[in-house]
Amino acid sequence: MLAFAVRRIAVSLPILLISTFIVFMLASLSGNPLSPLLTRNPPPPPETIALEAERLRLDHPLLERYWMWLTGLFRGDFGPSVQSNLNIGSEVAGRFMVTIRLIAVAMILALVLAVVIGVISAVKQYSKTDYTATFLGFLFLAMPAFWLAILLKQAGIDFNNAVDEQVVYTIGDASVPLPEGFGAQVADIAGHMILPTISLALISYAAWSRYQRSAMLEVMNSDYVRLARAKGLSRRRVMVKHALRNALIPLTTVTALDLASIISGAVLTEAVFQWRGMGDLLLNAIHSDDVYVVMAWLLVTATVVIVFNLLADLLYAVLDPRIRYA
Amino acid sequence: MPEPVAPETPVAAPETGPGTRAPDREFTIAERSQFQLVLRRFMQHRLAVGSLVVLVLLVLLAYVGGALWKYDFGQFTPDKSDAPSLDHPFGTDAAGKDQFAQVLRGTQISLQIAVLVALFSTVVGTVWGAVAGYFGGVVDTILMRVSDLVLTLPLLAVAAMLAHNFGGSWWLISVVIAGLYWAYVSRVARGVVLSLREKEFIEAAKALGASDARIIFRHLVPNALGSIIVNATVLVALAILLETSLSYLGFGVRPPDTSLGILVSEAQTALTTRPWLFYFPGLFIILIALTINFIGDGLRDALDPQQTKVRA
Repeated sequence: MLAFAVRRIAVSLPILLISTFIVFMLASLSGNPLSPLLTRNPPPPPETIALEAERLRLDHPLLERYWMWLTGLFRGDFGPSVQSNLNIGSEVAGRFMVTIRLIAVAMILALVLAVVIGVISAVKQYSKTDYTATFLGFLFLAMPAFWLAILLKQAGIDFNNAVDEQVVYTIGDASVPLPEGFGAQVADIAGHMILPTISLALISYAAWSRYQRSAMLEVMNSDYVRLARAKGLSRRRVMVKHALRNALIPLTTVTALDLASIISGAVLTEAVFQWRGMGDLLLNAIHSDDVYVVMAWLLVTATVVIVFNLLADLLYAVLDPRIRYA
Repeated sequence: MPEPVAPETPVAAPETGPGTRAPDREFTIAERSQFQLVLRRFMQHRLAVGSLVVLVLLVLLAYVGGALWKYDFGQFTPDKSDAPSLDHPFGTDAAGKDQFAQVLRGTQISLQIAVLVALFSTVVGTVWGAVAGYFGGVVDTILMRVSDLVLTLPLLAVAAMLAHNFGGSWWLISVVIAGLYWAYVSRVARGVVLSLREKEFIEAAKALGASDARIIFRHLVPNALGSIIVNATVLVALAILLETSLSYLGFGVRPPDTSLGILVSEAQTALTTRPWLFYFPGLFIILIALTINFIGDGLRDALDPQQTKVRA
């Protein structure tokens, strides 16, 4: 198992390396980070522009800039940002914590929803419940993440107005400054999390519940489930202990593969609810051609995706004892 | 065996009509009957047929309706922030623009992007995957590593980055999106070709001295097209959602042109005061993506009747 994990990581590294190279080239060639300075009126003195270009390493050739960035990483240096006082490393660390709590809770919520709804649909195949669940699944698949988020935001405002109290927060990831006391802080953060988490979870669950349904149906028609029923085990016990366990296997892979699209969904959700997370960081960086911030974003999200795919593969072996990684 | 096939030809011929392409004689009969089989199965999928009808109506509404409608999408009318009425079915915004005209324009943009993404990513992805699968070996490894690489790029981030500096017009956005989506198609195409290339008819073609190009484009690609089209429909729905997301974030289509994403983005603060500005563009996005998904589902069942046993 350990050898497998090490091998997998070793294979992922070159891919990560090449994809950072591609994105670095695209980001560096597609815009000029000096353009706000150049278009400023009155124009700044040429020395200022030259200094800024030097600080952003623009006086070096492109390939050399990539090499400087890559070697800098080993010293914990993420490169210079367009904002001269911004330390990319510590900025990313802070924002990562904001985004990860959104994604983690939303994924857990989405998984629970997907498994429950998928299993119920499969067990009650062709019933009204099944058709309703299927239709809702397709509906959420067709719904733009930002549209649903705006809708939920409005529902939150209406709810607050109805109870005449600020129960859910619709803007920001936490109050500034945070209230005193641990309990109050937890309550504050939870109040900010409710709506973004629900909207991200609803967008993500739909495809998974479809997978769960078809996996469950497949398992329910298999011989060993029929055997378990024939032995006289109760229907509930067969479904939970025998069928569900095996039907969970496909979902783990799908979940890991979908993580990248959830990160995209989180960018949109953060934009709607004005969170200062990784998504906000990325959007600002793209707007200001801030190459090194884009690179830091890519590095963090790509690493998360790789680690997650690895975890899914390992979990696979836990769920299905027939799979052995030598 | 010409005898059993011959009586079917007069029945089959009028069905397809004169407008269709005229391939080699020996293929016409087989292709048509298979097409009819798929068509019949598709017609039994009520939701898919309904979706197709709705989508065709949407296309007509967007283009014919958009051309005939009395207001242009960029035109300012004297009515500002009007609720939906007979004069303005979807109301007007604060500047007096007719929302119905704007939504129709946004729908046109979304549909155009969908078609371009579908064409571009399907053609490139199919050729890429078919060549990789057919030749195998080093060619396969190189081509597939390239498409793996494209698959690992974070879609939204790269699309936003490219669209931010090069984008603005609908066709550039489509090229950016297609440039990231073709890799999915190439995987599907390769998978199908890998199983097809071992079949006898390929061996026969080889024995008859057909060139590699002829085998790929005349025998492998047409047979793989079913699975590819099904996957393309899903991608098209995703492409529309990606485009509206980009436009919502300000990286997609830019004013003075408009798109459904821009309309939602502009309306998000007006949700309580002028809800019609928010709901109509959103509903159109959902309607387009939903119908395409249902059509894809119907095609999947029609092309692969085996699968219905499991997924119903």
